[in-house]
Amino acid sequence: MPIVTALLAGLLFGIGLIVSGMADPSKVLGFLDLAGAWDPSLAFVMAGAIAVGLGAFAVARRRRTSLIGLDMKLPASTTVDRRLVGGSLLFGIGWGIAGLCPGPGLVALGMGQPKAAVFVLAMLAGMGIFEMLERK
Amino acid sequence: MNIAWNAITPYASLAGGAVIGLAASLLVLFNGRIAGISGVLGGLLKPQGGDTGWRFAFIGGLVAAPAVHALFAAVPAPHFPAGWGATALAGVLVGVGTRYGSGCTSGHGVCGLSRLSPRSLVATLTFMLAGFATVLVVRHGLVH
Repeated sequence: MPIVTALLAGLLFGIGLIVSGMADPSKVLGFLDLAGAWDPSLAFVMAGAIAVGLGAFAVARRRRTSLIGLDMKLPASTTVDRRLVGGSLLFGIGWGIAGLCPGPGLVALGMGQPKAAVFVLAMLAGMGIFEMLERK
Repeated sequence: MNIAWNAITPYASLAGGAVIGLAASLLVLFNGRIAGISGVLGGLLKPQGGDTGWRFAFIGGLVAAPAVHALFAAVPAPHFPAGWGATALAGVLVGVGTRYGSGCTSGHGVCGLSRLSPRSLVATLTFMLAGFATVLVVRHGLVH
């Protein structure tokens, strides 16, 4: 059952990215390009997602187990530190260079786009670098 | 500010966003997990017993989404303005950055803001500002 719901969630997430236009890096860059012809569509995506998410997360916060009896694993950390800000800075720079973040990268990979394959492989390498540095 | 009125897709983006919100809701309500794509993927690089199946299923769903979408409507072709080298560099930065920052646009942006997490708000503002600044430099500034 958890496999089925996770697969469905992944499918829906990916379809949402395609419908919203966010699986297209040039559209994401249109949002990030404040000095050019600015395309605010990404803000509409966030608004739509958060409007739906608010209710679900309000319910989730009050539960100890999920609807199918699994433990609720919500982040407990509330600290804002150098790791959070530094990591987010690096991520934002990468996002601005290619217009790709992890979700759209994987969806575009599913479209058979070679540049998405390069991006996803490099991203996995970056995550591997993190794991190696953290293991020391 | 110069708004690209011909490019903006308010209804499709709002609707697609709502579907993304539904997906995140499904994962948290049924699996009890945050639909943060960098976290779901990163967890596979440090596998723990019994915690990998749902991760593969979620990632598999994302990769299969274009094929499923194509059953109902054509998938618009994406455009990749960055070159090969820049795309690879971007990938490494996104990989390292999202793991140190504990999240990306989905985990902090969609789920974190839906949870009203101040930490995610800081992360989201940080990567958005970094993204704006980077595009400013790449498209309009030092690199021409």
